[in-house]
Amino acid sequence: MERELDALYRSESRAVLATLIRLLGDFDLAEEALQDAFTAAVEQWPSAGIPGNPRAWLISTGRFKAIDRLRRRARFEPILLADADRLEASIPAVAWEDPGVEDDRLRLIFTCCHPALTPDARVALTLREVCGLATEEIARAFLIGAPTLAQRIVRAKAKIRDARIPFQLPERSDLPERLDAVLHVIYLVFNEGYSASSGDLVTRNDLASEAIRLGRLMVELLPEPDVIALLALMLLQDARRAARSAANGDLILLAEQDRTLWDREQIAEGAVLVRRALARRTAGPYALQAAIAAIHAEAMTPEETDWAEIVGLYDLLLGLEESPVVELNRAAAIAMRDGPAAGLAIVDRLLQSGALGEYHLAHAARADLCRQLGLLDAATAAYQRALELTTQGPERRFLERRLASLQPR
Amino acid sequence: MRYLCLIYSNESEWEAMSPAEIGAYMGEYNAFTKSVQESGHYIGGNPLQPTSTATTVRLRNGKVSMTDGPFAETKEQLGGYYLINARDLNEAVQIASRIPSARIGSIEVRPIQEIGPS
Repeated sequence: MERELDALYRSESRAVLATLIRLLGDFDLAEEALQDAFTAAVEQWPSAGIPGNPRAWLISTGRFKAIDRLRRRARFEPILLADADRLEASIPAVAWEDPGVEDDRLRLIFTCCHPALTPDARVALTLREVCGLATEEIARAFLIGAPTLAQRIVRAKAKIRDARIPFQLPERSDLPERLDAVLHVIYLVFNEGYSASSGDLVTRNDLASEAIRLGRLMVELLPEPDVIALLALMLLQDARRAARSAANGDLILLAEQDRTLWDREQIAEGAVLVRRALARRTAGPYALQAAIAAIHAEAMTPEETDWAEIVGLYDLLLGLEESPVVELNRAAAIAMRDGPAAGLAIVDRLLQSGALGEYHLAHAARADLCRQLGLLDAATAAYQRALELTTQGPERRFLERRLASLQPR
Repeated sequence: MRYLCLIYSNESEWEAMSPAEIGAYMGEYNAFTKSVQESGHYIGGNPLQPTSTATTVRLRNGKVSMTDGPFAETKEQLGGYYLINARDLNEAVQIASRIPSARIGSIEVRPIQEIGPS
């Protein structure tokens, strides 16, 4: 029974919470009601058995518990009595089967990712409310103090309540922009997991897995091409997880990875999704990035990589969004297609334009191309500059190894 | 729920406009005001005279002190406001985005703090 309850908590608690937020109109009250409902389940189900529809039971129990709580509090704050009465009166009218229930999780995601909240708050709130991670877990994953993160969540909830951010699906006309905001949050979570911005590990797998779970949920709830494309991108990138770092945590570059460690099943799933996303309309940035990732993932050896195709996809990506980082990646692909000198010319132009002066990977790319061309002094200087700009442990060690390899023995 | 829409824009941009441009702009403002009055969202609103006419007042140790100009030196200055009624922030933002100055300046949307039993 205990195991069944645990499993039910994992599968149902976020959906129950989402519906309770809609019915109760308040995040904190809904969270308390959720805990109360599960406490009641632990007490009653072992003897009475699990009800036929556990989710409906939990929602209805949670709502009654919330009314009880409001009535108890109303003794001290009489103003709450009206809220309790209003909730009680609404009960017969709101059947749990109402068609809104399935959309509640989507409402919760759109509310947590509302553009009126700061980007940091959107990420924290989504991981807390939609994924159900504990505040301490989120704080640890982002390497910040738990009180700071808790404060961020409290502020975001207060803004939702006080500025009245509605618990609603966006209007059709706002959907593209609002969906972008949601996908951006998921991608931020994934990137923090995939390539931690600081700390001693290359990847923080828990965040990457959480982002993929969110991506799967979004595909289930709202299978728009961009949503499918983002899931594909994350699956394809994450499939290389086991090969991206050595046992001692050192970074391993794409060309040097042991491709037998790549997760073939996940690559196959990602590749199918990329094709679905690309087939449905003109490709967006996530679809193009996913297509690039698919070409890498499907090459059994680095030499098999279709660099011409990759350059073409980067060209399309640049047509959608001007980005010096995308140009840098395109330069690396051109170096593979046409040789290091052609790549170096582009990297130097990018560095001279000033946009990437502080970006360590631009200097690392320059260093690598100079090294291949035998320009060892220039390579040394560029590796040193890249090192000055890097804080992540494994990347630093990688650059130090490369730098050491240039010294005459 | 009531929201105050504070209209911020760069006064020097106004000064650089030709009379014809200002006329067209005022026409847009009149049309916007009329539309929110008709839709029932409008409670009040006014343009303000430029910040050169502003005085900032403080009371310290029982003594009134006055300084010329607005409280903070910023690139964009408060130039007017609308007080509106909206269902929620989404509707308030939708209305604020139609204020003509949203195109060149910015609109700060602030919910009114209701005092006492609501």
